Amino acid sequence: MDNIERRQFIKCGLYSTAGILVGSFFAFSKSSDPIEVLKYEDLLKFDWGYIVDTTRCIGCGACVRACSVENNVPDTFFRTWVERFEINKDEQVRVDSPNGAMEGFKNDNFDTDIVKAFFVPKICNHCQNSACTQVCPVGASYHSPDGVVLIDKEHCIGCGYCVQACPYSCRYIDHKVGVADKCTLCYHRIHKGELPACVNACPRNARIFGNLKDPESNIRKILHKRRYGILKPELGTNPKCFYIGLDMEVK
Amino acid sequence: METAQNFLFPNEMHIYWTVMIVLYPYITGMVAGAFIVSSFYHVFGMEKLKPIAKYALVSSLAFLLFATVPLLNHLGRPERAFNIMLTPNFNSAMSGFGFVYAFYMLIVVLEIWFSYRKEFIEKYKQSKGFVKFIYKVLILGNTNDNLNTRRYDNKMVVVLGAIGIPVACILHGYVGFLFGSLKANLWWSTPLMFIIFIFSAIVSGLAVLTFLYLFVHWKRKLKINQEAIDLMSKWLWGFMIIAVTLELMEVLSIAYEQTEKWEILHQLIYGKLKVSYLYLQIGLFSIVPFLILTITSLVKFDNRIRNFLIWLSSGMLLIQVLLMRWNVVIGGQLVSKSMRGFTEYFPGLLDKEGLLVSFLLIFIPFLLLRAFDKFFPFFEKQ
Repeated sequence: MDNIERRQFIKCGLYSTAGILVGSFFAFSKSSDPIEVLKYEDLLKFDWGYIVDTTRCIGCGACVRACSVENNVPDTFFRTWVERFEINKDEQVRVDSPNGAMEGFKNDNFDTDIVKAFFVPKICNHCQNSACTQVCPVGASYHSPDGVVLIDKEHCIGCGYCVQACPYSCRYIDHKVGVADKCTLCYHRIHKGELPACVNACPRNARIFGNLKDPESNIRKILHKRRYGILKPELGTNPKCFYIGLDMEVK
Repeated sequence: METAQNFLFPNEMHIYWTVMIVLYPYITGMVAGAFIVSSFYHVFGMEKLKPIAKYALVSSLAFLLFATVPLLNHLGRPERAFNIMLTPNFNSAMSGFGFVYAFYMLIVVLEIWFSYRKEFIEKYKQSKGFVKFIYKVLILGNTNDNLNTRRYDNKMVVVLGAIGIPVACILHGYVGFLFGSLKANLWWSTPLMFIIFIFSAIVSGLAVLTFLYLFVHWKRKLKINQEAIDLMSKWLWGFMIIAVTLELMEVLSIAYEQTEKWEILHQLIYGKLKVSYLYLQIGLFSIVPFLILTITSLVKFDNRIRNFLIWLSSGMLLIQVLLMRWNVVIGGQLVSKSMRGFTEYFPGLLDKEGLLVSFLLIFIPFLLLRAFDKFFPFFEKQ
């Protein structure tokens, strides 16, 4: 008798534990719609790239403003910015980017005799061989399967090594949260099939975004037609941001 | 084409590695240097340095315990510091930090334990009450002390010292590598960097030991072991010559190569770093101690004056190494990656990473060393 009672007691106990477990799973799991996440294999079909056509940029700064609003970029830091280059008759070069060109450009640097001037928008190059992900000691900076360099802000320790390692000064430490931050190519938008905010905002189509793995994509077609350069090629970072009409003065 | 103005990338308005990152290599330098000096006797058998050996080892621990404090103070998220050991990215030069540091700490603690076991047992037998209990824990309840155990302890000290030398070199050389391997930074990126760091570490280790030894012996009116101090000062002289030569050769080779980066770096040296690098680091704090140490090493004269001069030059070399760390860490960040300008930096006085905190961080290890003297007396009794 004893044995049977004990067995029943254990059985009862096990059933009720299982019941509580299953019940609590449903009770505590979120009831909101599950986020649609692309599978790893699907993400591998993409390799996001970027073209900056410096010959088209007018330095209006719409991209900088759009980025700032879209990504809540802290003041005095920039995920994207626009530089202005002016060369005068004496072959002097002046470069500026007041407040990252958030308000565009007001006055010329030189009073007279400017012989050449152009604007160069800058953004994280999402390098294939990126120095920032190489140096991250905890692996918080990484390449997404679809070729975007991202930061896991829940894991970053805020050491700033990646900021030092980026040759293009595209990273910064967001002092409010103590972690590194940078352009994500608006990952939250491109994920839904939308364009990055800066590309969307550009009135001159100076910024072109697309899938480098798709031979039919606009970006691939343009790269096949036009001559382009990359920034600091000697460092071997293999940027995926391509510059059309790149001048030797741009670094 | 001529660049006639100061341009910075917009994200370069801030300096990201502050004076805290200057202090970290400074303190670890003294750790590694002091350990290597203790090994001169323990491993290489330089009998003349016996009176310094234990003191060097304990100093190494005192500095080691504080080496991470400036780093933790600097981290944006210090509570996640252990991520560096939990999820290390071994592609990163920085990821080995936790492991090397922990391993080195283990070696130093074990070596101190083995070299003080005899004293601990004596103290255990003499003391009473709670102090006795502390010593019992320290000796792990083992009161065996005879010729055999002493021989074994000595053997362990030699083995640990021998393992410790490469680890000390790695601990500090790797800090140099961390800077030297960053291709993005024109002022840091040189394979010489980690060699310079190792030699300057030995200089700072020798300098801090000599400086403190003389200071404490004067203050306590103890008899100075002249043989040891003479030998230390000669080593200091030799190592500072190598360190300063390497520092100059590095700049010289960049200057001679005349590549693109020299254009901006020469503006850095003759501009922003004119005082801290040219006048102070190279001029005052390298050349003057070199001249003084040349005299004290080669000429025989009154010991009191000689000791004062050695003390003075070791103090100056301590400042030289600090300046070198400053000029490397801060200097490198002053140059814009656009190669068209320079940023500014001066640490605030009372900031979280400011000057007051820095002074405290340098000073506290010395207080700790003073406290250690009570537990592990490291100077001979007269």
